[in-house]
Amino acid sequence: MDFLTSVLTITIRAGTSLTIATIGEILTERSGILNLGVEGIMLMGALSAFATVFYTHSIALGFLVAIGIGGLLALLHAFLTTTMRANQVVSGLSITLFGTGFSSFLGQRLGPASNNFRLVGLRAERIAPLAPDWAEKIPILGAFLNQDIMTYAVYLLIPIAWFFLYKTRPGLWLRSVGEDPQTADAMGIDVIKTRYFYTIIGGMLIALGGAHLSLSYTPGWSENITGGRGWIVIALVIFSMWNPARAVWGALLFGGINAVQFRLQASGTSIPASFLNMLPYAGTIIVLVVMTWWEALSKRVGAPAALGTSYMREDK
Amino acid sequence: MNDTVVPKVEMRNISKSFPGVVANDCVDLKLRKGEVLALLGENGAGKSTLMNVLCGLYRPDRGEIYIDGKYAEIHSPRDAQKYGIGMVHQNFKLVDSMNVLENTILGLRDEPFVPDLKRVRSRLVDLASQYHLDVDPSASIWQLSVGEQQRVEILKLLYRNAEILILDEPTAVLTPQESHELNRVVHVMKQEGKSAIFITHKMEEVMEFSDHVMVLRKGRVVDETSTAETTPKELARMMVGREVLFQIEKKPMAPGKVALELSHIEALGDRGLPALKDISFRLHAGEILGIAGVAGNGQRELAEVVTGLRRSSKGKLQIDGKDMTNKSPLEIIRRGVAHIPQDRVSVGAAGDLSVASNLAMKQYRSRPLAAGIFLLQNKILDFARTLIEKFRISTPSPKTQVKFLSGGNIQKTILAREIGAARTLMIAVYPSRGLDVGATETVRRQLVSQRDAGLGVLFFSEDLDELLQISDRVAVLFEGKMMGVFDTNTVNIDHIGMLMAGMDREAGA
Repeated sequence: MDFLTSVLTITIRAGTSLTIATIGEILTERSGILNLGVEGIMLMGALSAFATVFYTHSIALGFLVAIGIGGLLALLHAFLTTTMRANQVVSGLSITLFGTGFSSFLGQRLGPASNNFRLVGLRAERIAPLAPDWAEKIPILGAFLNQDIMTYAVYLLIPIAWFFLYKTRPGLWLRSVGEDPQTADAMGIDVIKTRYFYTIIGGMLIALGGAHLSLSYTPGWSENITGGRGWIVIALVIFSMWNPARAVWGALLFGGINAVQFRLQASGTSIPASFLNMLPYAGTIIVLVVMTWWEALSKRVGAPAALGTSYMREDK
Repeated sequence: MNDTVVPKVEMRNISKSFPGVVANDCVDLKLRKGEVLALLGENGAGKSTLMNVLCGLYRPDRGEIYIDGKYAEIHSPRDAQKYGIGMVHQNFKLVDSMNVLENTILGLRDEPFVPDLKRVRSRLVDLASQYHLDVDPSASIWQLSVGEQQRVEILKLLYRNAEILILDEPTAVLTPQESHELNRVVHVMKQEGKSAIFITHKMEEVMEFSDHVMVLRKGRVVDETSTAETTPKELARMMVGREVLFQIEKKPMAPGKVALELSHIEALGDRGLPALKDISFRLHAGEILGIAGVAGNGQRELAEVVTGLRRSSKGKLQIDGKDMTNKSPLEIIRRGVAHIPQDRVSVGAAGDLSVASNLAMKQYRSRPLAAGIFLLQNKILDFARTLIEKFRISTPSPKTQVKFLSGGNIQKTILAREIGAARTLMIAVYPSRGLDVGATETVRRQLVSQRDAGLGVLFFSEDLDELLQISDRVAVLFEGKMMGVFDTNTVNIDHIGMLMAGMDREAGA
């Protein structure tokens, strides 16, 4: 495998969980709900998926449990922010705090007695690349083929999400709810139901992104396995201008810097490891700020106009 | 018309209250097929509330609705749509970032999963030509003028085959010519057997548009009559419950020194496009300069530049002889400049704060309302009570949140606050827009008395009659350019109308 293809392979692998979670958060934010619980939901997704697969040996069940947990946490967020009309930032942050703490706690309780009830350091089935051996030898293209089923799903998810959002009737309704809930309501669209629905769908995708980490990217459970990827997702949503088709570029950017620093570390460079570990985060944030700034200046684009606000019909 | 015919819409015994306010109190309404009913009343009379009940946005506390004589269960806008009810709200229900086609089909359940926008377009174009409602179907809403947006709203209802159209103060944002166009459209719809309810507080429009008129006051029906059998004067009396003076007495102007001078001011709008182009004029103390023009031609930007809320990219701004170009709003307020902004809800007042806090907003920095960094709440309440009485602001208490007041009372609150802060200039942007006769009268009188007290008044209005009545001189804004300044005693109203539409061929005449 040549250098470029191998870096690209890691890039795509690293970008998979980010892309899934970013698309999930885009759908949620398009309905006007800001969910800052991404980090917590990803962690809970990663933990529940790994624990399930460890005990049941069923990867499919692992994904299902992660999706269920993600949906439940998002339901909580939807309930607090739409029905109870709590502040979306506060609610989202609490979910992240809860998810971080609770996943760490469960990681020390759910394991087998032989491992002192800890999940850390255990092995379970993992999802492996789908493509046959010869495929990865093809330069460049091989990097795209030599991926697991989740990545293949992402290849489909990106165009589907884009088409759904911009070309279909429910997509149009979703966008209208996030832009102008008063208008959507007056046009007969159920704002509350829409917000519940897409917050939950978003939470499921976010948890799925977390599950990909513990079942494929860095198989196994370790505390804080996401390493702040949930926050990167929040940034990527902004960078993508709430467009699923653009989510992929941000995810690849983060994944790419990650891949390069891996290679550097592996080659035994004298640059301190912690500095290299920081690079993907710092690099992504710098590029995001510059790109978003430049973009916002040149075009009329921006967040869904009603993002972060609660809605009630007879409110003044 | 024959009363034995089953009415198209009948609302019986509708009551609706909001915290501290009874908006509708046992209201009965009948709309006959093929008829235009005018709903006349002051602000806060409950017209919009009643119509929001009919279109499913508000749930009444009591009362029933019958359509074609049958009991209709309307719990949501979707239910109302099923009964063919469509409403053009005062604040248009259009998603700014979407285009006309997308807005047209928004919320329609019978559109396919992947809407066929070509088919939507062709039907929209047909409707547009049938009703002479010219609009570009692929334009985004934010690119359209207010008049065009209203056409989109009407097209949207026609596309949905609405049989009952509710128009909430539709002419408030239109030029006189556009109002006539609207009247013609309503007429065509009437001939096709559609019915309409028309909310307004302008007598002339009741006479021009409607067959029947129903007058509301303080949430109750005062009277219902055939338009042909009444007069504007009688209607006005029913509406406010007393005789209204339509004329404002004005002393001759006694201009003093220059209070405001703009030289070659240019500024960009929100979208980064030039909004003001080479604006120069002088406003003297003791003078009212009226600014005419259709909304969106630079009025808001001009007011914002003068009050320090928007940077000018070029030119010089002098207030009371001092260079105040691009100074902060606070520095400009300290020069004694008062501002009644266009958007009274989001810029003029803080809705979640109390009436008292809003009234104190320009005086809280110093005694007697504050001692150092501490606010003296009792002094603020006393101060508020005085102003509430003086300006007849109707509010349950000085501690009531401003957002629960009606538009007219919010405006009186702003007016009371700003007049207290005005020493050199008063910038009033559409101060009487959407206000009833009583509140409009208060606003106009106050502006004239500010002028008589020696302030320069910059007065923006879309109502030409009002503008010519109040102002000493009048200027026309069109696409950010000043189309000339005229003495109101000699100017011809048709000429102003032409300039508002950008035609200055007759300028030499």
